[in-house]
Formats: sequence, structure tokens, C-alpha cells
Amino acid sequence: MPDSGQAKTRAAEAQPHIVGQSIRHDSAEKHVSGLAQYIDDIPEPSGTLQIYLAQSSRAHARLLKLDVSAVRSAQGVACVLTAADVPGKNDYSPIMGDDPIFAEDKVEYVGQCLFAVAAETLAQARAASALAVVEYEDLPAVLTIDAAREADLTLEPSQVMRLGDAQGEIAKAPRRLWGHVAIGGQDHFYLEGHIAMAAPKEDGDVHVWSSTQNPSEVQHIVAKALGIRDHGVVVENRRMGGGFGGKETQPSLMAAVAALAAVKTGRPAKLRLDRDDDMVMTGKRHDFEVDWSVGFDDQGRLKGATFDLASRCGYSYDLSGSINDRAMFHSDNAYFLNAAEIVSHRFKTHTVSNTAFRGFGGPQGMIAIERAMDAIALSLGADPLDVRLANLYGPGRDLTPYGQVVEDSIAKELMERLAETSDYRKRRAAILEWNRTSPVLKRGIALTPVKFGISFTATHLNQAGALVHVYTDGSVMLNHGGTEMGQGLYIKVAQVVAEVFGIELERVRITATATDKVPNTSATAASSGSDLNGMAALDAAQRIRQRLIDFACQEFGCGPEQVSFANNTVQAGATELPFQELVRRAYFNRVGLSATGYYKTPKIHYDRSKHQGRPFFYYAYGAAVSEVAIDTLTGENRTLRVDILHDVGRSLNPAIDLGQIEGGFIQGMGWLTTEELVYDDQGRLRTHAPSTYKIPACSDRPKDFRIDLWDGPNREETIYRSKAVGEPPLMLAISVFSALTQAVASVGDHRIMPDLDAPATPERILKAVDDVRRRSAQ
Amino acid sequence: MRETIRFLLDGEPRELGGVDPTLTVLQLLRGPLRRPGTKEGCAEGDCGACTVALGEFDAKGKVQWRAVNACILFAPMLDGRALMTVESLKQGDALHPVQQAMVQTHGSQCGFCTPGFVMSLWVRDQKGAGCDMPVEDVLAGNLCRCTGYGPIAEAAAVADGLPKPKTVDQASALKALDVAESLGLAWDDPQAGRTRRWFSPRSLAELADLAEQYPQAVILAGATDVGLWVTKQHRALDTVIWIGDVAELKTMAETEAGLRIGAGVRYSDAYAALAERLPDLGEMMRRLGSVQVRNSGTIGGNIANGSPIGDMPPALIAAGATLTLRLGGKTRDLPLEDYFLAYGKQDRAPGEFVEAVTVHPAGPDRFYRVYKLSKRFDQDISAVCAGIALDIKDGQIEAARIAFGGMAATPKRASNAEQALAGQAFDEATVDLACKALETDFAPIDDMRASAAYRMASAKNLLRRAYLEWRGEASTRVLEVEALDA
Repeated sequence: MPDSGQAKTRAAEAQPHIVGQSIRHDSAEKHVSGLAQYIDDIPEPSGTLQIYLAQSSRAHARLLKLDVSAVRSAQGVACVLTAADVPGKNDYSPIMGDDPIFAEDKVEYVGQCLFAVAAETLAQARAASALAVVEYEDLPAVLTIDAAREADLTLEPSQVMRLGDAQGEIAKAPRRLWGHVAIGGQDHFYLEGHIAMAAPKEDGDVHVWSSTQNPSEVQHIVAKALGIRDHGVVVENRRMGGGFGGKETQPSLMAAVAALAAVKTGRPAKLRLDRDDDMVMTGKRHDFEVDWSVGFDDQGRLKGATFDLASRCGYSYDLSGSINDRAMFHSDNAYFLNAAEIVSHRFKTHTVSNTAFRGFGGPQGMIAIERAMDAIALSLGADPLDVRLANLYGPGRDLTPYGQVVEDSIAKELMERLAETSDYRKRRAAILEWNRTSPVLKRGIALTPVKFGISFTATHLNQAGALVHVYTDGSVMLNHGGTEMGQGLYIKVAQVVAEVFGIELERVRITATATDKVPNTSATAASSGSDLNGMAALDAAQRIRQRLIDFACQEFGCGPEQVSFANNTVQAGATELPFQELVRRAYFNRVGLSATGYYKTPKIHYDRSKHQGRPFFYYAYGAAVSEVAIDTLTGENRTLRVDILHDVGRSLNPAIDLGQIEGGFIQGMGWLTTEELVYDDQGRLRTHAPSTYKIPACSDRPKDFRIDLWDGPNREETIYRSKAVGEPPLMLAISVFSALTQAVASVGDHRIMPDLDAPATPERILKAVDDVRRRSAQ
Repeated sequence: MRETIRFLLDGEPRELGGVDPTLTVLQLLRGPLRRPGTKEGCAEGDCGACTVALGEFDAKGKVQWRAVNACILFAPMLDGRALMTVESLKQGDALHPVQQAMVQTHGSQCGFCTPGFVMSLWVRDQKGAGCDMPVEDVLAGNLCRCTGYGPIAEAAAVADGLPKPKTVDQASALKALDVAESLGLAWDDPQAGRTRRWFSPRSLAELADLAEQYPQAVILAGATDVGLWVTKQHRALDTVIWIGDVAELKTMAETEAGLRIGAGVRYSDAYAALAERLPDLGEMMRRLGSVQVRNSGTIGGNIANGSPIGDMPPALIAAGATLTLRLGGKTRDLPLEDYFLAYGKQDRAPGEFVEAVTVHPAGPDRFYRVYKLSKRFDQDISAVCAGIALDIKDGQIEAARIAFGGMAATPKRASNAEQALAGQAFDEATVDLACKALETDFAPIDDMRASAAYRMASAKNLLRRAYLEWRGEASTRVLEVEALDA
């Protein structure tokens, strides 16, 4: 039948045309005109109270007395909340039950929340909080990884992952090297600090606006704190001013306090942390101390590797288990270790509880193996790129220490192409030459890969829901469990839905993530936002589309293969009609135009007790070449040029993906260069504002910055064969750290592996330079 | 005295009375004025999310725009100025070219910093104060955590190529505000139970009178430091005397003694003259604060507040500078270094204030360098800042003036190192002795910016750097290096 043939052709032509386009962020015009509403911008209902959180000034102490009577009677104060004022459970932890909303009998970090004051104005709340009488009895405070190791203070038993007999293989290997690296933490420095606003409703219910990546968890914690059921709490978020993992578990504190105040007073209540309180009170990236050792052959190929990973988790568990697990998963980065022993210690310290941060332990895990690659190359007098290429996963060399077979490695092709397009070899030669004639300034260059496992390693989290309504005017409402923190998730998922219905994007309205629309969602984390929510939305939209197809067949007497959707138009056999017309007719014929969608990631499983399984659905790959210069008199350093080739599968939206890559790289560069968290010997964070904590500024980005997308589809069946992009690019910045290492090594004529810790501040670079000079003079 | 603040918002006159004079412009915008587009990211002038544009008459009587941080700007500092915020820019439904460009280049992700960037770019588009620099410098005071800045820098270039919309000149409206009369505000602080006062005198004589009348008053210039006393330390300022409208203090003049910079002269207004005279000082000023900070902050304020980590004092002490202080009708001069007595203590009597600083001219043999070391190049407080001035004739150092910031409780001369250098041949041996002498000049401390050991080691190396630069044999400026061609 010619008709059917034509329809098929049209259907074939209707290849994705909205998906895959570089479509601007859905809120871009609102962003630039100041009209995008963040929680603090929502007009406050009249009578809204402002909340201030009083904090512990001690790192570890018994709380002997907490007398808030003077606070209660202070000017403007509507209510004071302490542990005794929590009707439900005094806890905001995601897993372990060890994060009290308000301190009870002890405090375990400087900045821990003691009590809350809700007053007419924030100034009144703050002033009143100073009237509390707090008496502490100091207890020994364990502040550092070393101290915790000494005290054997851990949050859970150390974990071990094994592949073969690493110690034996290293002992047998022709060559051996070992080293130590300290890796600093990182503050998220989302521009919008933590905030929650709560409005009381009837029946003791509450509506909470929370700047959270995890509305469902906030809902559950607020309900538990109030002692009510989950259905009594709605948590809503339209957008965050950045998240980066910092709003995965931490927002529950602010939300719970705001909800408690709202329900207790019957008045709306808002809690916004200022920058200093935000940085002092909320968790950061874990800092690590890593000891590594490797055995290898004369070509630099690994025979075995051991890693001893120790992290500072802070006073409570939070997500430290999974974060440290991911550090273990990525200790191999893109390399086949042959035999491996990966030991991971999760130390408890009397500091803020460290939490999720883009990469989730992965970046810290990768640093040591990349240090090892540099050390091996220096010891052999080889180009580090050759050592890296020689150690990549490949056929017959494809088993990870956690038992997953690497089926999809494109690292070799990708790195070789990047080496080619970036002129890496020629530039490295030119740099070595240049260094010979430059006594003060030295350059370095490095090409490093990233292989990042995609999926929550807690398998149950790999599920998502979506809700799609088609209204009778042909407009579409889209809602899903993912949150928008700037990463462009909303626009990507909207593209998917527009694609399914063949309608223009303007007809799809993306609505705020809310727990009463889509329930039981996972955090928007682990780079999984579009993988999970895109698939769930696809499912919902396809259900409605199928109903429309069925209806069209009946209405126009054609076969389902003759129905297609494109350009706001539906073709049904010989009939062509506007999408909204089909929808209108469907409504009159009593076709349901709303559907929920659901998705769960296939193939994955993991036995944490053995650290074996397939935790990841697939891997995302990338590589970067960085060229740096250092000043050997001061340690000042610059990243001069960066070339990136990154794998996002078949991109849903190249502009959005490029934005993630570029931004992720710069964030990673900040982590490894200028961003330094300094605690004093009392456990007080001394770098709690941008005046002292230095994230990259505009001029820090490399003047010459070239980013390209790898052009292959995901071999796994993901949403339009795309790949996750949120986290992996951050680790491309390890190339900067490696290039800095090379620049420092040049002062010792590339014979000595520099001791360089992260972040590579001018001070650390100068120390490493002086150390290499000293050692090479010996 | 006038008791209400008069300013323009979107070109329309506004009058404001009965407010706390230490209310910040950001609080004013987000609260009573209901303009939540301007964001708070840090409340200390470091992130730029609160960037707004202030227009005022320049020397030629034209409206000059400047990007400033609203979070540390007090409401009375709007008096007589035109204010534009991110909400001001759209004309009907049409985005301004800088907004359009930001959309086009995907310059926003989470969008929270975006209004600040848009305002910085808008002021740049108006050829505002301090914007005659590469875009990286213009945007140094705006932090973005999402994009990595590339798309935003690109937006600046894209905007340059877009057709310009018609702009309404606000000059006549600004003139019509008629703020010739001094501003004096009194506000009863219910919390403190005290009356808070604010004065914006119009003349030096009036300022001197007020300072004598209120000897405990805070003399305020740009509020880039004092602003933080309020927003960070939550201090209640009882009496503030703002010098921002004292015409005599806003002038620079070539005098016999040198370049005389009034205490109210902002960095961005002094930049060209100082950079021309002392290129290294210019380079340091390029990195000091940000456009927003340099548009508000004054050199006089950087000196007057006596911070041990201010960058201007060591640079100016080395250059040779005299400070002029005024008490009532009398002035006195002192070498700049003598002003700093101890940590938090300056040679300034109650009621006395800094009137000017004079930078002395240098002879042809002057070798002058300023080095600023910090974790980040732009907008970072120095771990160490060195000002080095050597008069060198035929390889002999005739005179040495060296001052450091970040090495002691005050900006301080390195007298022993100076002594080791003066009268000696400028060679490696002499430099080694001067480095050694630094150990007796300073006993720096550990803090979050650097360790004592790094401070000492790098301070010595900065003397070595100066020597190498004088010899001219090696490249020593990492900021001037570009990627190698293959």
C-alpha cells in the first residue's frame, strides 16, 4: 500500500529533531532579566517569620546547659526551638539517624545547630540567639585524618576490594613505586545558599519550598520531625541556584526547622543561611589521604596496585559510605590494574559532616592512580601519555577490581584522537625545550583520561517517575522527580516529551518538582538526572501518544504505523491535522490524556558485602590535555591551554552538555588549585566566605580552551543513546594537577617525582619545587 | 540639612526617608523596593551577584555609570545618584543586547549569579568606570560556579556586535534631584535603643566640623571594608560621616610634592594616573579587588583603616608617599609608614581624618616593583605584598625603600633589608644578604592565606625576582606567559 509506505517514510524522516538540538536553557531569558524566581524571591506571605540557627562554638563537648529563656522573651521572638521542641524524630540524616536537628547532650562540630530562633526579623532572631546561656564541657576533639587514624575513630568498618593477589604481583614485578598524596576537600559554593520556607496548612500539614536536590527525602525527614505521615508534607522546588551535591542531603536541616517553626507558630517561616553560616554549618567534599604502591614492568605496564584511601567524613555518616565506595570504584580510573587491593577507611572527625560533591568520591579515588602514572613515567624516562595508554582497559584486560567487565572502553581511541588534535607530542617536546632556557618559569603538559561509572551504586536509587498531562488546547504539562540546579535537566526532559508528541517546545510547560506530583523519587545526583527522568518522561509521554494513536486509528481508519507526530501536526493515514485538534477530538471521545511514567535502570546489581557485581550501567569517558606554567620563585601558576574531548554518547543537547563540560572542568581545576579549606586547631573553619575561599574567577579559565564532543552513541539503551554528563568532566581537571606535577619535576630534570598535594596553591607548588631542588642536589 | 535620600531608579526620582542609614542597597532592593532580581551571594562584596549600576556626573558633567556591589553599599550612598538594576534593562519585551547575548551564548546555567554578570556587562556596554580593560578584568568581581566563564566572556563580545537600543539620558533627571544641600539622617534603632546618625557633608569644612563634633563617628569612604562591619560582624554603627560627596576630597592634583590624591578618590579614578607613573602599581591595582570594589573603594580608605593586608600602603610606602591628616582647620603631614603604629592602631586623633596622600616623583634611576602574592590572581587578599623601590646608578644601589604587607601587624618597611642593599652593588651576593636581613625585619604568622614559612620564603624570592627583572635575563611573569605553539 503506497499510503502506508509514505507514512513509513515520513516516520523514518521524523528522526529526533528537537532532541539533539542546542536549545537554550528553559529559564535563560528569565535568568538574564532577574525574573527567575529562587526561593528567597518568592513573595513572603504576610506574617512570615525569619529564622536564625544558633551554632556550637566547640568541636566536641558535652552540652551541660542550654538555657534559652532569655531568648524566648527577647524582642520580636515568636518561638525558640530546641531538641525538646521536636514532636517527632530529632534527626535529619539520610541514612543512619546520626544528624540531630538540634544538639541534645553533646556537640560534635563547630557550627552544629544548637537551637533555632524564629522572629519578626532576621536581625531580631540573630540578636536574641546571643542571649542563650550555653555551658560546655570540652571533650577531646579529633580533627584530622591522622588524629582519627591514631584514635581509631571510624564511622564504619574499613572496606576492602580485591582483584587477584596485588601484594604478590607487586613483589614479583620488575619495578616498584609508592607514594602518598593528600587531597583537600572543597566547598560547593553554589551561589544560592541553603534556604527553606514553610507554610502551615490545615490538619497540621505543611508546604515546604526547599532548595534541595532531593525533595522526597526532605519530605520524609520533615514528616518524621513533625511526627506526621509523608502525605502531610509537600516539598517543592522550581530551581536551585546551584547544587553540585551540596543540596543532596543538607537541605533537610533547613527544611525541618522551617517546618517545625511554621507548624508550631501557625505562621509561615523562612530560614536562609548567609554565606558564612552556610559554609560553616554544611558539609563539603571529603578530603583524603592516599597511600599507593604499584608494581610494573619495563614498559610501565601495571602488574599490581594497592591503595589505602583514608577520608575525613566528619562527625556523622551522611552519605560517606557510598562516597568512599565510589572512591574505591574509581581508584583504577581508566586502567587495568591486573591485581589490586583497595582499602578504604571512613574516619570520624569532630568537623562538619562531609557530603556529596560532584564526582562523589570518584575524583579523590582517581588522583592516586594518576600520580602513579606520572611517577612510573618519570622513573622510566617515558612520556606519561605512553604509560597511560599502555595501561588502559582493553580486550582481555577488562576486569575491574569490583568484578564488572569493562565492555565499552573507548579511552584509547579517544585519547589518541585528542593527542592528535591537541598536538600533544609536539607541544610536549617544545615545552621540554623551553624549560631548558627558562630558569624561573617552567611549563608542564599532561593528558589524562576519565572513565566514570554511571548509576547510583545503591541499586534501589536507580528509578524515576514522571507525570505528563496533555490539556485540551494541545499544551502539555511535564513533571518529573528530577530537580533543576542549572544543569539543564528540565530542558533536556522537555525536549524528550516534545519529541514524542512532535510538538514545539513552547507547548511543553515544565513545572516545579514537587512531591505531590511525582512521589518516592531519588536525588538528582550521580549524573543520572536525564538518564532516569528522561526515560520516565518518555514512558509517560509514550503512553499518552499510544492512546492518541489508537484513537487516531479508530477515528481515521488507518493502521498504527500510519500515524506520525511532527511539526505540531499529526498524520493519520491520509488525514493531517493539528496536534491540538487530535487532542480535542480524543478528549470528546473520552481518551485519558494524563499518564505517569516510570523507569528503572536495567542490568545493574551489586553485592556490597563482597564489593562485587555490576554497579554501573555504563561508563562515560573523556580526556583532557592541560598546559600550565609555574613560577619557581613564588609557586604562582596558571593554566594556559586546555583541550578536551568528552563522551556524552549521542547528545540530547550539545550546548547544555558543553556547558557542563566546561563548567565541570573549571570547578575541578578550582578544587585542585586555588580552593583551600583551612581549619584551625580548635576545629573552626577559617575559610568560610569568598574573601578567603577562592573559587576560580573569570581570568583563571585557560585563555585557550577547546572542547569537543566524542561522536559515538551510548552502546547501552539510554535515553536517545545519550550519556550522563554532570560529574565526569570535573575529573578532566586532574590533567591540570598532572601538568603542574610535570612543571615542578622539570626543576629536577624530570628525574624526581615531586611531592605535591592538592590543592596546588602557590605555597604547595613552591614547597614541592624547593623539595625537588633539594633532593636533586643530593 | 536634608532628611531624605533622593535618587533615580530606572530614571525616575525616588525619595526615601525614615530608613536605617546602614540598610544596604541590596536589602533595600529586595525588601521595600520589591526587586528580587538582584541577589545576595556573599554579603561581603566578593561574588558580584548583587551588582547594580550607579550613575553620577563625571568631571565633564556627563552621567558616568559604575558597577558596584549593592550588598555593602549603604542606602544613603544612593543620594544624588541614578540606580539601575537587572530589572531596568528590558525595553518592553525586548532584552537588552547584553541580556540577549547572554542567552545566545548559553551564559547562564543556574542563573543565580547571572543578574550580577548582566549588570557588569551592561556597565561595560555603557563604557562605564573601570571598564576599559579586557573582559576578564571587567568580570573579575563576578563569581560563577556553573559555566566556567567562557560563555559569559563570549557574551561580552557578542553584545558588542549587536545593535544598540536607544537609551534615555538621565542627566537632566539626575540634576533635577537637587541634592546640593547636605544630607543628615537620624533613625531610632529599636533594637539598640539608640539613634543612628548619618551625615553626607558637601564640603571639607563641613566634614571637618562634623568630625570634631562627632569624634567617635565612623568616617566612611567606599564602604568596601566598613560595609562588612555591618553585614558580617553585625555591628551597629551609631554615627557615620560619609565623605563621598565632599568635592575637595575627590580631586587629584599634580603638585610640587607629587601626585596628590584626595581621600575620596576611588581606585578606578586614580588608576590611569598611577598606572602611567608606576606601571607595576597599575598592574597590582588591576588585581586589587574588582571593578565593583575599585568603583567604590578609595585609596584613602585603604590607608586610613590601617589593615596589615591592604595592598596600597606597601606599594605607596616604597614609592615614597606623604599622608595629610586634617583636624578641624589644621592639617599635618607625615610619611605614610609612620601612620601605622600597631595592629589596629593608627596615628590619628579623635576627630581627625585622612585628607590626602601624596605620591612623590621618582628620579630617573628609580627601579620600582610591586608584587602581589595570593591564592588566586584576581580579587584576592594578598598573602604577601611587596613594594620595592631602588635608586640604582651604575649598578650601585644608592637608596632602597622596601615595604611589605602581610608580613607584620602593620604595613611595614623592611629596614634591615633596605640597609643591606643601600650603598651596595646590585648583585646576587647583596640580594642574598638582603634576603637574610628580611628574617630580622619580619616574623610573619600562619593563617588561612599562607604559612609563616611561605611568607618568609616568598618574600625573599620577591627580592630575587626584582633582581632578576633588573638584570632582564629571565622571564619572571607567569601572567604574561601564553601557551606554546607546537
